[in-house]
Amino acid sequence: MRYLPKSDSERREMLRAIGLESFDQLFQAIPEQYRLKQTLSVPGPLSEMEIIEYFRGRSAENSRGYTSFLGAGVYHHHRSVVTDALLQRGEFLTSYTPYQAEISQGTLQAIFEFQTLMCQLTGQEVSNASMYDGSTALTEAVLMAERLTARQRVLVARTVHPEYRQVLATYAKNTRLRIEEFGFTSSGQADLDAIRKAVDDNVAAVVVQSPNFFGVLEQFPALAEIAHGCGALCVVAIAEAVSLGIARPPAEADIVAMEAQSFGLPPSYGGPYAGVIATKEKFVRQMPGRLAGQTTDNQGRRGFVLTLATREQHIRREKATSNICTNQALCALAATIHLCLLGKRGLREQAGQNVAKAQFALAQMETIPGVRRAFTGPVFNEFVMEFPRSVKMINAELLKSKMIGPMALGRFYPELTKRGLVCVTETTTREEISRLVDGIDRALKIPV
Amino acid sequence: MSENIAKAGRHVNQSEGLIFEKSSPGKRGMELPPLDVPAVDAAKALGAEYVREGVEGFPEVSEIEVVRHFTRISTWNYAIDYGMYPLGSCTMKYNPRVNEFVARLEGIATEHPYQPVELSQGCLRVLKTLENILAEVTGMDAVTLQPAAGAQGELTGLLLIRAYLESKGNPRKKVLIPDSAHGTNPATAVIAGYAVENIKSDANGEIDAARLVETVNEDVAALMVTNPNTLGIFEQNISEIAEILHARGALLYMDGANMNALAGIARPGDFGVDVMHLNLHKTFSTPHGGGGPGAGPVAVKKILEPFLPTPVVVEKDGKFALDHNRPKTIGRVKAFYGNFGVLVRALAYALAYGPGMRQASEDAVLNANYIRKALEDVYELPYKLPCMHEVVFSDARQKKNGVNTMDIAKRLIDYGFHPYTTAFPLIVPGALMIEPTESECKEECDQFIDAMRSIAEEAATNPELVKTAPHTTRVGRLDEVTAARKPILRWKPGQ
Amino acid sequence: MYPTDCRYTKEHEWIKMDGAIGTIGITDYAQHELGDVVFVELPQVGAKIEAGQPFGTVESVKAVSEIYSPVSGEVAETNSVLGNEPEKINQDPHGAAWLVKIKLSNLTEVNSLMDAAAYQAYIAEKQKETSA
Repeated sequence: MRYLPKSDSERREMLRAIGLESFDQLFQAIPEQYRLKQTLSVPGPLSEMEIIEYFRGRSAENSRGYTSFLGAGVYHHHRSVVTDALLQRGEFLTSYTPYQAEISQGTLQAIFEFQTLMCQLTGQEVSNASMYDGSTALTEAVLMAERLTARQRVLVARTVHPEYRQVLATYAKNTRLRIEEFGFTSSGQADLDAIRKAVDDNVAAVVVQSPNFFGVLEQFPALAEIAHGCGALCVVAIAEAVSLGIARPPAEADIVAMEAQSFGLPPSYGGPYAGVIATKEKFVRQMPGRLAGQTTDNQGRRGFVLTLATREQHIRREKATSNICTNQALCALAATIHLCLLGKRGLREQAGQNVAKAQFALAQMETIPGVRRAFTGPVFNEFVMEFPRSVKMINAELLKSKMIGPMALGRFYPELTKRGLVCVTETTTREEISRLVDGIDRALKIPV
Repeated sequence: MSENIAKAGRHVNQSEGLIFEKSSPGKRGMELPPLDVPAVDAAKALGAEYVREGVEGFPEVSEIEVVRHFTRISTWNYAIDYGMYPLGSCTMKYNPRVNEFVARLEGIATEHPYQPVELSQGCLRVLKTLENILAEVTGMDAVTLQPAAGAQGELTGLLLIRAYLESKGNPRKKVLIPDSAHGTNPATAVIAGYAVENIKSDANGEIDAARLVETVNEDVAALMVTNPNTLGIFEQNISEIAEILHARGALLYMDGANMNALAGIARPGDFGVDVMHLNLHKTFSTPHGGGGPGAGPVAVKKILEPFLPTPVVVEKDGKFALDHNRPKTIGRVKAFYGNFGVLVRALAYALAYGPGMRQASEDAVLNANYIRKALEDVYELPYKLPCMHEVVFSDARQKKNGVNTMDIAKRLIDYGFHPYTTAFPLIVPGALMIEPTESECKEECDQFIDAMRSIAEEAATNPELVKTAPHTTRVGRLDEVTAARKPILRWKPGQ
Repeated sequence: MYPTDCRYTKEHEWIKMDGAIGTIGITDYAQHELGDVVFVELPQVGAKIEAGQPFGTVESVKAVSEIYSPVSGEVAETNSVLGNEPEKINQDPHGAAWLVKIKLSNLTEVNSLMDAAAYQAYIAEKQKETSA
């Protein structure tokens, strides 16, 4: 086997050195009746060529050749080939969590740079070095708010990504947290009046997402004011991180839970991505996840170490801030490299292009008879349209022209049937937008 | 320094500041095609109150500078690609490059989780095939691939146990955890709503079955056992332990962190385990990447299957679909379907070996025992039972000269190796936890042994040399105390 | 070396009485075992604490120790200096690095604690165990 670096004679030589006669003796500690007699019934072995062939076969069973207008928490953005080339350096790819600082300075400095970039983007003071994804980052942010406030009620906007809310529900079920949801207005934004009425002195956090699941930007200052007015924390989730290139950062929030997939990570059928928690300095000891800090070595040279580790499970065990151990370090590195390439101007330009494409697509869609914009609030690169027919029916027609159309919202919002979420990014061309508009127009003209 | 250092030499590596310190206004490393729709004034289109200025402090550098920056700092890391990385319980094995290649294929990396299932048959087949392989390797009945890492797998497993016990009328109150367990075990139990009761290992470093009989009662939901345990020892009474738990209605959870000793050799499902997680970034070779991403699939017996997280991949007449309608489910633990890209790599690994993964386990155990045999006369071996894929020594002998496990670990760096795991498991004071994995050839093992023996000698003759190690790295020992007292967690201009 | 006007616990806290107010800190032995202290977490003034129960934590780089209260009562004052200068615990554990002042609810609780001589003997025994 090509991955195993020993010949049979070397194996026998090593076995003799140990003082054993057979390889079975290596497993003498396992009671005889539990030692597997038959060979595993699994496919393989495959050569490298066959492995590539196998996955090319799977790739052909997927969506190759289709144009997608899906977003909803996962975005198609341009990724520079530079990012992937650097990520695949063995020193990054095949190293462990940087506990041994002297021979992990590369990873540690990159984490420090990541933390800095995340702070700059979110307007927060400190950032951790990644969580699993946006959904678990939001969940951990809520658990953190509970620890900080010692309160139990959590008010969550229904405009937060439905799957994020599902994950939060799973985690909260066995805690003392009580999750309550509140609705949205005709602007597609969180209903501020409903929150004002709901808050009391047992609210730990008010939770919104921006841009929210409908692509609409939320009003942080007003939300934070309501939350702070009752002593609660304002928690903001961000699923489309590119928006921060142009949209107001959630600086008023107490905790920001972000999904960094948009920064150089492919959709990859749902993962791996990189969650982030950013917050105020005064809350850092209740923040979960790894942190790199700057320090000096015994000769006064700058260096970096993992720090404030006493928050973590390997030290505090059952009293840790979270059970997280392995995180998404390489994904965070991808985001770091990607953002360094983009830089200040690149990110601004990219975000601006997303806004322009969305405004263009929105205007084009509104020219289709019977199709109208569902919400009036400001959007970044996604928006909800209301159609005179079911989205499913429209999509079935679009598929025939190799287009993956709007995401039907009825699945998550029963009252929003006939509404579809459309996403365009800098990778969507004007021609593709026109094809989509024509396709929808055609689909709506087909006699029922 | 001893002439034993056959592996490492000195090499120049370049100095490099923070990326922010290289920034100069106007530079950029990525350009976009010209906008093909009318430009808009964002402040007008969205409202001025929703718009920001450019991101303050963001770097402005060219492409070549980014390439050099990350290449230079990468050389400050040790890596499996350089040599043995004997971190106990971490299974730092070779990460095959073809896995990276296939995970990046067009039609694999590009797929959106909400695209129609009829256009996702390839992805779903990957998921189902991997589920089937993991079920066969573990001897369990069903698998969920959703958990993002081992700790989340543990949580999923305990939530499954809770849901199952609740369906029987009583979720129970506590989870038993041996004192040799990973810290994630107790941290997880608390999130699942259970109290933690630590149980002491016996003189052999195993779970004391006789004492367990007295501990397990109607309040106990489960025992979390790592097998082989963190001493590298197979829990010989594992099936008896399972029987004790089952007799009182409790379940047996296995932390599969050490599955690299067992794949193809023995199956947890056969020795009484009800639910377990696997760390695909350990046993199934997906890259650790400096701390993730991982994947922590959970394998269960039939009785727990109805409670698995949604959605579940189902197959009917050769077509795959996602079943969201599972009334007894514990819910969702992560958005979408798990770390798919990691699962692709794990499948590529499993396919490369096929049933031959047995040989990998055998080589891993062979390497650990070979190293143990060669070092047991110079390092204290606190637990004498035969070891599996890792061996745990203690620094008891070197301690007499004031040299502790961390010092020996740091000195190992000078010899060209990554340190082993220090000070874990907690039941061994001053532990040296060594896991070579199957990826090391005899020569690499021999060089490691030479290095460890040489350090033992240095600890006796020149302890100061060991205590001040490493001597050959870019930076010396770093001031962790100041880092924690006065945390600097981000760069600021003029800092 | 341990002040004789204090009483001591097996968890290595000291308490010094002044009327109904007891000043509590950790002993020199404890700070030594912990190593460089990097962070101290103390209760709010007014918090009720119970004898034998943890009321705060002291952290080094790689360990967290709970501080157990020798007595029951209400927190009257906390040492605000430790927030910025946790290293004081290593430098002056029996003086400047006191942790909290407690208004005792039951003055007799102090009597059951060790005096300096008994504590000295207790840690001597402990040191013998660890070096054995």
